[in-house]
Amino acid sequence: MALLEVNGIFKRFGKTEVLKGIDFTMEKGEVLAIIGSSGSGKTTLLRCLNFLETPDSGSITLSGQEIYNAQGKYTDREIREKRLNFGLVFQSFNLFPQYTVLRNVCLAPELMRINQSERKLSRQEKNQIKQEIEAQAREILTSVGLSEKLMNYPCELSGGQQQRVAIARALAMEPVILCFDEPTSALDPELTGEVLRVIKELKDAGRTMILVTHEMGFARSAADKVIFMADGVIEEYGTPEEVFGSPKSEKTISFLEKSLENIT
Amino acid sequence: MSFLEVTAQLANGFLTTLLIFGVTLVGAIPLGLLITLGSMSKVQPIKWIFKVFVWIIRGTPLMLQIILVFYGPGLMGLGVKFDRLVAVILAFIINYACYFSEIYRGGIESIPRGQYEAGQVLGMTKAQIFFKVVLFQVVKRIVPPMGNEIITLVKDTSLARVIAVVELVKAAENIVSLKSLIWPLFYVGAFYLLFTGIVTLLLNYAEKKLNYYQG
Repeated sequence: MALLEVNGIFKRFGKTEVLKGIDFTMEKGEVLAIIGSSGSGKTTLLRCLNFLETPDSGSITLSGQEIYNAQGKYTDREIREKRLNFGLVFQSFNLFPQYTVLRNVCLAPELMRINQSERKLSRQEKNQIKQEIEAQAREILTSVGLSEKLMNYPCELSGGQQQRVAIARALAMEPVILCFDEPTSALDPELTGEVLRVIKELKDAGRTMILVTHEMGFARSAADKVIFMADGVIEEYGTPEEVFGSPKSEKTISFLEKSLENIT
Repeated sequence: MSFLEVTAQLANGFLTTLLIFGVTLVGAIPLGLLITLGSMSKVQPIKWIFKVFVWIIRGTPLMLQIILVFYGPGLMGLGVKFDRLVAVILAFIINYACYFSEIYRGGIESIPRGQYEAGQVLGMTKAQIFFKVVLFQVVKRIVPPMGNEIITLVKDTSLARVIAVVELVKAAENIVSLKSLIWPLFYVGAFYLLFTGIVTLLLNYAEKKLNYYQG
């Protein structure tokens, strides 16, 4: 059974139809790259999965359970709970500037476990939880190579380091599927490598990920499946070999040709 | 009238000035936040009620508002009458809360959407995002414009004399008219300069403290 099933997602902003019926499935441990030119709807699709946009129609099924249907009504709380199945790393990092690196990672897990607990926790229990979360956060930050920067503020870090903090922050919520929205687009070329390396390590650790990206080389080498989107529909879907090696659609061919032109 | 006697009388007026200043700040800072929330409400009627209210308060002289709060309830037969000082402070709190609310609104709207979205995808509630993520960043951004308003407030307290509350200027004026002395007026100026000087130093300190991060 597929881990994620996306069915018939439509989304319009005013008169513009951004997504015109998106269907795809993905398996556990799979890395799915979504490519396509700007305005093709790939970021909107990712935002729909994270409930930052509400699809006008369609459904999302996770592990055989329908978690979202555009016809359904959901409370804020329900949306919040469903959203936690997905993590999202933004193009512009969106770290909390007033908090240290460690605090950026700990804040949300703490709030979730302490404030949303069914009963009132004693001070001791709270400290216990905070310590657990902090220990876990240190571990994650070490795994993305930031053990030296725990007490720094985001403004003191390079873009690549900030993006790695953002990845750690998303991982701390233990999402089923981790999504990346053009994670290297805001970075200087020499800094993209360190972020892509972290994503590669996550793949090797078996993490399920969806990656909206302009890095064709990376999509080809790191993804298990590739979606090419154009004008709000999935124009081509397949393994990297199929999509990059022998694309069938005209639009894919012309997009890939242009992308390659840019490289050389 | 000796220098010491003048000082004692002015100091008395200054205490009233200080009281108006302090209580207004304590009342208007939180009330301003409430007005901000109202004027940013997604419920259109609530939003417009608050917007019109802010328009009226900001669009009419504070002096008029003081007079109205003091004489209004009695003349309208509401059966309540405020003490002079209470009336002044009420008018000040409402007036300043409206100005503050607009500064807050500007501050809140200047926080990038990405901050809210980052909180959302991490499963935070709206209240958590506001209090744990946004509020502090807003505070940092609004210190300079708030400083302006607070310094204006120091001097606006002199409007209290319109309903015969003896604050600093009124105290000086009493001396000037009774004793035909001119120098107490300059002396009063020095009081204000000292007061605003201290407030400026405190604001600079706050700004510096909040500057530990950029962005």
